[in-house]
Amino acid sequence: MNMIEAINSAMDVALERDRAVTIFGQDVGYFGGVFRATDGLQKKYGASRVFDAPITEGGIVAVAVGMGAYGKRPVVEIQFADYIYPAADQLISEAARMRYRTGGEWWSPITVRSPYGGGIYGGQTHSQSPEGIFTHVAGLKTVIPSNPYDAKGLLLAAIEDDDPVLFFEPKRLYNGPFDGHHDRPVRPWAKHPASEVPEGHYIVPLGKAAVAREGTAVTVLAYGTMVHVALAAAEDSGIDAEILDLRTLVPLDLEAIKASVQKTGRCVVIHEATRTCGFGAELAALVQEHCFFELEAPVERVTGWDTPYPHAFEWEYFPGPKRLAEAMRRTIEI
Amino acid sequence: MTYPRNDHGIHVPMPNARPGDSADFSHHAIPPAGSVPMPPVDVAPADIHGHAFTLIRVLDEDGNAVGPWNPGLSVETLRQGLRSMMLTRAYDARMVRVQRQGKTSFYMKCTGEEAVAVAAAMALDRGDMCFPTYRQQGLLVARDWPLVDMMNQVYSNSRDRLKGRQMPVFYSSREAGFFSISGNLGTQYSQSVGWAMGAAADGDPRIAAAWIGEGATAEGDFHHALTFASVYQAPVILNIVNNQWAISSFSGIAGGERTTFAARGLAFGIPALRADGNDFLAVHAVTSWAAQRARQGLGPTLIELFTYRAEGHSTSDDPSKYRPGSEAQAWPLGDPIERLKTHLINLGAWSQAEHDDLAKALDDEVRAAGKESESYGTLSGGDRPAPSTMFDDVYKDMPAHLVAQRSQAGL
Ligand SMILES: Cc1ncc(C[n+]2csc(CCOP(=O)(O)OP(=O)(O)O)c2C)c(N)n1
Repeated sequence: MNMIEAINSAMDVALERDRAVTIFGQDVGYFGGVFRATDGLQKKYGASRVFDAPITEGGIVAVAVGMGAYGKRPVVEIQFADYIYPAADQLISEAARMRYRTGGEWWSPITVRSPYGGGIYGGQTHSQSPEGIFTHVAGLKTVIPSNPYDAKGLLLAAIEDDDPVLFFEPKRLYNGPFDGHHDRPVRPWAKHPASEVPEGHYIVPLGKAAVAREGTAVTVLAYGTMVHVALAAAEDSGIDAEILDLRTLVPLDLEAIKASVQKTGRCVVIHEATRTCGFGAELAALVQEHCFFELEAPVERVTGWDTPYPHAFEWEYFPGPKRLAEAMRRTIEI
Repeated sequence: MTYPRNDHGIHVPMPNARPGDSADFSHHAIPPAGSVPMPPVDVAPADIHGHAFTLIRVLDEDGNAVGPWNPGLSVETLRQGLRSMMLTRAYDARMVRVQRQGKTSFYMKCTGEEAVAVAAAMALDRGDMCFPTYRQQGLLVARDWPLVDMMNQVYSNSRDRLKGRQMPVFYSSREAGFFSISGNLGTQYSQSVGWAMGAAADGDPRIAAAWIGEGATAEGDFHHALTFASVYQAPVILNIVNNQWAISSFSGIAGGERTTFAARGLAFGIPALRADGNDFLAVHAVTSWAAQRARQGLGPTLIELFTYRAEGHSTSDDPSKYRPGSEAQAWPLGDPIERLKTHLINLGAWSQAEHDDLAKALDDEVRAAGKESESYGTLSGGDRPAPSTMFDDVYKDMPAHLVAQRSQAGL
């Protein structure tokens, strides 16, 4: 399966297993979503469980919060992560705090799926990576898969989770493991081991990172598209990097991070989002807090620049393998 | 009419026809042209509630202008309007072709909706400020904005005034009174009210006009706009372009099954008109009426322009997946260009031969502009803005961290 099919399969399994699962969002019903993630689900489960929503992200999340309070398990789609901001108040002030402010009397078992990230010439309103804004909010979980197998297992875990989960889907990975070389043809997922996705139910637990590549020279902390960029950087540069695929940012697998950095003594963080106050800042702080005495070099960050995402200069903006390799080299040469 | 609750207790609106069905517009009541009265501009909103539920039409089925809303435009103005609509269509056709050739990433046409923008532009003053969506390129064309400049933006080339930052069709021209288009639906709608309030507070005679798709009326910004416009009686024309489709979702998903989109103005005490958006004369007439109200300090007007999105949502869309292929042909209110052409021919002021000649001349004009623009580069080749400009304009003055990042980027 490619990543879209894996995500579709996760929702199919969730709808099949639990009557409470309800899916809605812009164009997700009859049409099956502009990226086809909900293809065929309305036909199979009926329009009451899979339906088109009005174009109001704030409304979509607010209604999901209410449905969740009733006892349903809503899975909603925000068509592009760039359009999550109109829903930010419902996510930040409402969904995130429902359990806390009611002493556990109510909670928000909602999953908000959204394609995110650049690489499709989407300009500044179809390319953003807003995860850092939401990881800053207590009460939300944030999940970012990097391959079809994880995408399905993590999405099922997110749907079954009783907390509000943001599930960001790197749209550049939907059809293949894009490695940041925009001038090379994208290889299809079919050639990748993670495209072996079981048809039925399984979960990949939230809060567990995966080692995408074992190595000894430097630890690279990555998630989503950047996992593949990191793999390409290791291959191109010949640097024996250990690449951790974080998979979930909140909850974070600190033990895996510590184990790897204590082994390599070096750490580079990579994400596509802008740098200042990005999730990389949190990772760098955690690494220095927990691995200070093992570190041989300062933690480096390779990120998008602190500008909006420009249409014509995607590839200058995008933190590609070359920039990562340079950072790894700087870290190693200290 | 009752609305069945489905198997699970909620009603999910579904369109009358899907792929494989034949197109069905029978549920739309279309009153005859000329049948709706024209009230004085200082009418009390409560006295024209009916105008939100009917359809103001001027051009009848034979192409004659009839009834009280006929704006009585000169033949010269009508020819100008026809030309701008045809030029908009020719421009759209070429830009889709170049997108297919990979010279740009994306494009959005307004086919069938040309009157919405062109007639409004001609009814407004040149200094009035427009807050458009991505489907009102006709505003720029009707204001004689250079096609080359528009194309430069579509190509993100070296002469793109927006420096390669915006997606194609997200134009911006302060001089043309065309406010920057945001990818985030609806945000311009409430901003237009702010602009209008600013102008009113200064005694500035200019007014604002905004457009929003019927799908995007569900966004909070639509409601913010109506609230502010009503409370402060802002001199603004709030247009809703009901082209019946929001990507794959028909207008029922935006609440169109229950009432008209024009009726959304009523609860705010804003006078609301519903007009035939494929009728150049009707669009001109309702815009002029609303503009007079605004200029006389009588406050906002909400206008629903009823039209049909004849083509795909964008170059990324395949409408055959969600609606009958024959729907565009079956749309009963015709094509705005054909209707105005017939009207001019009826007036003895136009002929098919002149029309064909004009179409050819406009094609040539577009082709020449395209050649010039491509000489400044396209997304896939040739000149483009210097990549280092990516770091400009984030702030008025570049802070140190961006200077550092620019040099780190090697730019
Ligand atoms: C806030 C936001 N949500 C979603 C989108 C994605 N989107 C782009 S156009 C569109 C449909 C808009 O339909 P409508 O308002 O009816 O205008 P039309 O395209 O028909 O002219 C959607 C959902 C967006 N651009 N912005």
